[in-house]
Amino acid sequence: MSQLSIAQAAPAAAPHVPGKASVSRTMFLVQATLVPATLYGFWLYGWPAIFLFLLTVGSCVFWEAACIRMAGRLTKPQLTDGSAILTGWLLAMTLPPWAPWWVAVVGGLLAIVFGKQVFGGIGQNLFNPAMVARVALLVSFPVPLTLWVMPLPITAAAAPGFIESIHLIAGTVAIPDAVTSASLLGHAKTELSRGIDLLHSFTGEHAPVISWIGARAGSLGESASLLIAAGGLSMFFLGIITWHIPVAMLLGVVIPAAIGHSVNPARYLDVSAHLLSGGVMLGAFYIATDYVTSPSTDKGKLIFGFGCGFLTYVIRTWGGYPEGVAFAVVLMNSLTPVIDRVTKPRILGRDKRGRPLQIKD
Amino acid sequence: MGFMDFFKSSWGVHPDDHKRPAADVTARRIPVPPRVYIPFSQHVGAPARPRVVVGQHVLKGECIAEAQGNISAPIHASTSGKVTAIGEITAPHPSGLPILAVTIDSDGDDSWIATEPIHDPFALAPADLARKVAEAGVVGLGGATFPSAVKLALGLRSRITQLIINGSECEPYLSCDDRLMRDSPDGIIGGIRIMLHATGAKEALVGIEDNKPEAIAAMRKAAAPYSEIRICPVPARYPMGSDRQLILELAGKEVPSDARAADVGVIVHNVGTAFATRQAIYEGRPLVSRLMTLNGGAMANPGNYEILVGTMVSDLIAFSGGYKGEAARLIMGGPMMGSVIPHAHVPVVKGTAGILAFTATEVAEEDARNCIRCGSCIRACPMGLLPLEMVNNIRADKLDGAEQLGLGDCISCGCCSYVCPSRIPLVQYFTHAKGQLWAQERSKLRNESTKKLAVRRTERIERETREKAEAAAKRKADKAAAAAAAAAKKETTGA
Repeated sequence: MSQLSIAQAAPAAAPHVPGKASVSRTMFLVQATLVPATLYGFWLYGWPAIFLFLLTVGSCVFWEAACIRMAGRLTKPQLTDGSAILTGWLLAMTLPPWAPWWVAVVGGLLAIVFGKQVFGGIGQNLFNPAMVARVALLVSFPVPLTLWVMPLPITAAAAPGFIESIHLIAGTVAIPDAVTSASLLGHAKTELSRGIDLLHSFTGEHAPVISWIGARAGSLGESASLLIAAGGLSMFFLGIITWHIPVAMLLGVVIPAAIGHSVNPARYLDVSAHLLSGGVMLGAFYIATDYVTSPSTDKGKLIFGFGCGFLTYVIRTWGGYPEGVAFAVVLMNSLTPVIDRVTKPRILGRDKRGRPLQIKD
Repeated sequence: MGFMDFFKSSWGVHPDDHKRPAADVTARRIPVPPRVYIPFSQHVGAPARPRVVVGQHVLKGECIAEAQGNISAPIHASTSGKVTAIGEITAPHPSGLPILAVTIDSDGDDSWIATEPIHDPFALAPADLARKVAEAGVVGLGGATFPSAVKLALGLRSRITQLIINGSECEPYLSCDDRLMRDSPDGIIGGIRIMLHATGAKEALVGIEDNKPEAIAAMRKAAAPYSEIRICPVPARYPMGSDRQLILELAGKEVPSDARAADVGVIVHNVGTAFATRQAIYEGRPLVSRLMTLNGGAMANPGNYEILVGTMVSDLIAFSGGYKGEAARLIMGGPMMGSVIPHAHVPVVKGTAGILAFTATEVAEEDARNCIRCGSCIRACPMGLLPLEMVNNIRADKLDGAEQLGLGDCISCGCCSYVCPSRIPLVQYFTHAKGQLWAQERSKLRNESTKKLAVRRTERIERETREKAEAAAKRKADKAAAAAAAAAKKETTGA
């Protein structure tokens, strides 16, 4: 009989069975889809890239823990949600793979403290933390942030060894000039500004090439474009993201690129150069789809995604920087609340303006 | 799921239904308990008015409380015995507040009162049929417990073209409708035919979720002779059984938010209600028992049981074989919309479709985290609302903002809370806000009436003062006139 009376602490609201989704699970799955691209990047750029990655993620987790402690919030549930790791991971994917250690540490500080915690922590930030850090780093430290190296597979003879890599990241040894290279977008921009059009600037021996397998200078997330896209597709099939933002963002780049290139190939890069360069793939699947900083309705996502893509194209083509994904995403982040307000879904039984439907006889 | 489904926005959720093995077990009948507790309020509307006294002997099916008001339903004794108390017992409600009920000590005979079966209901006028159903105390057995006769009588006022019979049973864990459709399809079809006649509807569409193939087959067989009754399998998706969603799915009609289903020519009834309607007409028996599901990880013998209204949940669970392991939570109704009951010493009522005993692992309670704006709730909401924005408004105490976002259209189905990765109890917020708004509305009305009274009081006082002053002035004038008259008289006499 004792079992028949159940002492219940407080009346709990329905539903009484929880769904399977949880923040930690979502973050874990996103990270899992990033693994192939990351490992490929590690192989391409060797030990310095691995160190930079670990430093960036570690820095983000450190700053997250520090902020949560200072705010006097419960540490365990917030630290274990995996969001700081993901922020660090994404930031590391956008940095030059051989960047010095302090870029990682400052990047983590900018992303977590100024990009996220000052707004109140997870879910409260207006801008994508990884992109805030990326933009701030690029604007503040343009030289190390634009120093790209050619892929030097970890198994290659010329690749820096473990100890040498520590020196490279610590800054005690400079990156040899022989391995540095301009990124494709950077090269195109520099040459155009020198008055050399695209038809001529890409004919030289050392000119960057479009590589579908990432055999050219770039960040981890850039070199592994195809693996990033594959990871993004698996997120879509896992139901973590919807198709709206990635498709709209890619269209936002592809449409103007196709028009521009067909009008003047000497002035405007072609579609594949745009798609496989810089952060477009990473941006479309992993950055712009950040839940917190993107609109929550389907229509809003389409507008947001297209805006990110189109602004990226505009900045790349006419702006001062060769790459514009980070700027485009941060700009569109600021529009998210407005987009959300104007793209409210229609309520069942009401018209688009929220008035009850008229009964038709 | 086809490929194109990825590109369609789809409301609702697909929880694990947990209907089997309970649904496949033959329904069992719980013996008459030693004592039943029958509340007077088991339906939407005014509670029934008691018409028995303590000490009185009642028969099964005898009316012990009559309907009062337009929307109400009578209550009948669920077994024969002696009325031993009319007083307060714990309500089957999370609050555990008291509720008025009749206690009947059963005499064990379970003997029926004399009934008046109707053999040819189609010879009766629709209004008479509705009256018979009303007298039998039939209410919506899907959980809403709206008096069925009121809905049947709507057919006389609104032009009803379609009758929608809800056999979707979209709540996980529950299978009593499934069992009823498998075991008594003819009874349900008989009820539907009566309902068609009573409402004047031309056709009846029976929506059954496609996870119940046995029920669909049984119902198809029973409905075969009647071309006006169509069995329509619907995709298994929660909350398919919500009336607005089912009407849209089956009739393709969208009920305006300020209107009722009858306004678009549709009436929705549950399969259990159809069965109860048939019992009420062909056998003249009022609603005193129902089929209900006992389920959940902590229930020793999950299955469907025929249970007398007023049976204590504790008696019911003990009869069925008790608990298995530790029950962490007791639920009345389904897991998505049911309510926690404070303990097992509450009676089963007409609207109880199930009692679920969950283990701690099934409940998996977790603290809410920050919203990460993932938008899952928006995709899940069957009403097209923005649950996360509504919660933000409610948390900031902006009830008006939440109302403008469509709080009033929320059907509390629980899809948003179910999908939320941060485990935010969204429905709890909405229920709270609806309660607040209701209280505000009430206090506004009260203030207005107080103000009206105050204005009237001031007017009255003013009028009284004025009247007093007028009276005084009149008295003074009279006095003066009298004095003048006296003086004049004196003068005359003096002269």
